[in-house]
Amino acid sequence: MSGATNQGGVQAEFDGLLGRFRLKVSLDIPPKGITALVGPSGAGKTSLLRAIAGLTRLQGRVVMDGKIWQEGRGFVPVHQRALGMVFQESSLLSHLSVKDNLLFGYRRALEPKSMSLDEVVPLLGLEPLIGRSTDNLSGGERQRVALGRALLSQPRLLLMDEPLSSLDAQSRAEILPFLEALHRALSIPVLYVSHDAEEIARLADHVVTLNEGQIVGTIQPARPDPLSALSPDQIKDLARQALAAGIKPSRS
Amino acid sequence: MADVIWTTLKLASLTTLLLLVVATPLAWWLARQKVWWKEVIAAVAALPIVLPPTVLGFYLLLLLAPSSPLIQLLQPFGIQSLAFTFPGLLIGSMVYSLPFAVQPIRNGFEAMGDRPMEVAATLRATPLNAFFTVAVPQARRGFLTAAVLVFAHTVGEFGVVLMIGGAIPGQTEVISVKLYQLVESLQFGEAHKLAAGLLAFSFVVLLTMFLTERRSGKTAP
Repeated sequence: MSGATNQGGVQAEFDGLLGRFRLKVSLDIPPKGITALVGPSGAGKTSLLRAIAGLTRLQGRVVMDGKIWQEGRGFVPVHQRALGMVFQESSLLSHLSVKDNLLFGYRRALEPKSMSLDEVVPLLGLEPLIGRSTDNLSGGERQRVALGRALLSQPRLLLMDEPLSSLDAQSRAEILPFLEALHRALSIPVLYVSHDAEEIARLADHVVTLNEGQIVGTIQPARPDPLSALSPDQIKDLARQALAAGIKPSRS
Repeated sequence: MADVIWTTLKLASLTTLLLLVVATPLAWWLARQKVWWKEVIAAVAALPIVLPPTVLGFYLLLLLAPSSPLIQLLQPFGIQSLAFTFPGLLIGSMVYSLPFAVQPIRNGFEAMGDRPMEVAATLRATPLNAFFTVAVPQARRGFLTAAVLVFAHTVGEFGVVLMIGGAIPGQTEVISVKLYQLVESLQFGEAHKLAAGLLAFSFVVLLTMFLTERRSGKTAP
């Protein structure tokens, strides 16, 4: 993690106190794919996410896709950061309809817009909800609306804070396929806080483990995917060679 | 009689409107600020609830009289005195009803919590934009309560009005003072009309508020 600011993705370094809790991390989020942030309760996962978003101010440095969000005394306010955030509880704005919630960030996002309502609605199965008020939505429906709302704000970074933890098993099972579809469709970095093994197995490309405010482990360390420049045939060839050489495939 | 009713309604409407504008930033500050001494400011703003209206009226009279420092400051602008004038009465009413505006609006902002404003910020809303498009609509019940209470309180005020208004017909004579004068001069028939009118008005105001709260309560978070 040098001073390079042009490598894409997100580089975040923090060293600061939140009450008596010390968060001291240096994190590199690759430009694409889902980076899962795992760890026990109280490890500082949410604090780290909030610090990257700028909702909590901690001493440190944040660079997103070459743009400096925080460095020294410089601090770009939250509303000027091109990020989307999905909170643990869906936090829909109760005075607005589903549609107005979805469009809240869209209307305020800068041009050019890469995601439209027509794109996001089918991706998250929101067609039956679009004309409704936010009352009487199920937990899973609320989280899908919150996710769609975050996407429509045209984020360059998506932060998700245990988006499924407040849902029952059924809602969770209902929303996971949408997240998987999203995973395939998105070309921005996603930082996903979770402590659910199934979610991580199904969604994460990289896993960062946090404990007591420090990063204690990284699986599939953050670096550009070496295969991304290759064609599917070339990848198959590589795989064949690897198998022939006796290397066994492993799930990261 | 129509004069008196018109003055009263004009006073109550203007007090309500201006007080909502003045009380909202104060309520917001009190709801969001974390410093302990904000409660000192809150207590000062709430004083009119416990002060006898005559005490408040007395100090307001001193403040609005020609010799007060405030009026001295305003003299270059052609203002000689505000005592016994409609603008003076308006200022007095605003001070008197301030807590009835600040408290419900503050409660509304506090009940909303920090999250909606955080959500708005992550959705690119500037703080000012988020205030008007999220905080104010989220705290709408607080605003409604404040408006109703301030309006009704102003219509019903007596002590302050008597001290600083002087009951000048067509200017500062309002229903509550008129009622007192009618009773003093034993015109019970006229007094009945005003008293029953105020009673009916107060009841309708409260009923409207409760019904509206009930309805908006269904869509509240």
